[in-house]
Amino acid sequence: MEMETDLEDTWIANFLGTKGNEYFCEVDPEFILDRFNLTGLNADVPNIHDAIDVVTGSSDVNMDGLNAEEEQQLDASARHLYCLVHARFILTTRGLYKMMLKYQEGDFGRCPRALCRSHILLPIGLQDVPNISSVKLYCPKCEDIYNPKSSRHANIDGAYFGTSFPGMFFQVYPKLLPRHSEEQFCLKIFGFKIHDHAEHCRWQQKQRDELEKRIADKPTS
Amino acid sequence: MTENEELYLSSSSIEDSWVSQFCEMANHQYFCEVSESFMEDEFNLTGLNSLVPRYKEALELILDLEPEVPVPLPEIPTIEESGELLYGLIHARFIITRPGLQSMAYKYACRDFGTCPRYQCRNTAVLPMGRLDIPGFETVRLYCPCCRDIYVPSNSRFLNIDGAFFGSSFPAFFLETYPKVEQECRRIREQSPPFQLKIFGFNIAEKSRAGPRMKWLRQTPGQDKSQGPQETEAATAIEEEAVVG
Ligand SMILES: [Zn+2]
Ligand SMILES: [Zn+2]
Repeated sequence: MEMETDLEDTWIANFLGTKGNEYFCEVDPEFILDRFNLTGLNADVPNIHDAIDVVTGSSDVNMDGLNAEEEQQLDASARHLYCLVHARFILTTRGLYKMMLKYQEGDFGRCPRALCRSHILLPIGLQDVPNISSVKLYCPKCEDIYNPKSSRHANIDGAYFGTSFPGMFFQVYPKLLPRHSEEQFCLKIFGFKIHDHAEHCRWQQKQRDELEKRIADKPTS
Repeated sequence: MTENEELYLSSSSIEDSWVSQFCEMANHQYFCEVSESFMEDEFNLTGLNSLVPRYKEALELILDLEPEVPVPLPEIPTIEESGELLYGLIHARFIITRPGLQSMAYKYACRDFGTCPRYQCRNTAVLPMGRLDIPGFETVRLYCPCCRDIYVPSNSRFLNIDGAFFGSSFPAFFLETYPKVEQECRRIREQSPPFQLKIFGFNIAEKSRAGPRMKWLRQTPGQDKSQGPQETEAATAIEEEAVVG
């Protein structure tokens, strides 16, 4: 019995150790066992009670009676459950903290935009409902979203991270907000400006100046 | 001789050239084959002899000429390195000529340079370039005609390719020669407003510390503003709650 609770042996540890699952953090088993946190998930997760038992390593689950197909279905259910709970967990204080540690390790990769100088990224979903769009990466320096480099990551459901995660992250850790990028790339020919491109760059600079004015004009009360 | 054999023979004789071998290496995927006639025209090589050590031997190497003086074995790596430098610098000049642009257009259509990693650029094909035209300072960057920004190649095998082998002016020449690319990109730009971070569906207030600061970078005149800054009051309320809670 002691062996089963060994971190190496748990379903969660196994899931996190699988290649391609590097963006996920460890959801506390207590969080999964609290039914309140699973509200509404039974519609999305088939056989949710067994799935909970699998994920939390409960001895109640009996895999012996299952054929290969049923076993596969239960495993898929368990993974789906874990990932959907993950999206909720990473909005809690504990979850945000765990993701902050991963963020600072650069676990979510670095911004491909040259002028962001490899700034670290956070995962984000474009939808909170599963099966619609895959995970993207948010760069707080340029405030834009990028496709993950590796196809393994590009196939992960964005709903497993959710739309609100990066926003919440910087509400809770405002000190981690980077200095925003001020640099802008403007295409040239032999060092000379190209009319259309130079005009576009100037227009963008004007938008930036106006933003700065708006922020300075109305101090936060 | 059957047609197949003929094809095989002709392609194998091309593969033998130094240039073909260079371009076929996985980390040289961004390079096109510079025509022999271009490399043989001394006018096109003006000034390169002062940038490339062992220039004469390097040129003989990339043109597959028998060296006038046999190269001693220990010097071969140096000359091989000089040959790559020389080829890269000639390449930067070639790709802004009409035949060079044509070769690069073919590679662009095949997406040999990859696509923009920015989500809203919808996999627009990118162009290789260097911010500097002098070799040895910065590696190759990828220019996206949709967001008009530059990116670091995602595959590490391109991270030691010199940007000067493509040059700073190549994308501008390319886009001027093939104006349809920019026309299509303008359409995509106008349809996709800058990304806006949200919390539970609400925008984050501009005035707040974590409010949006970078929209200008992705803004374009005439852009669809359907995602513009609204719901500010609700967002402020959410934010205050989040900070207090
Ligand atoms: Zn960035
Ligand atoms: Zn782009």
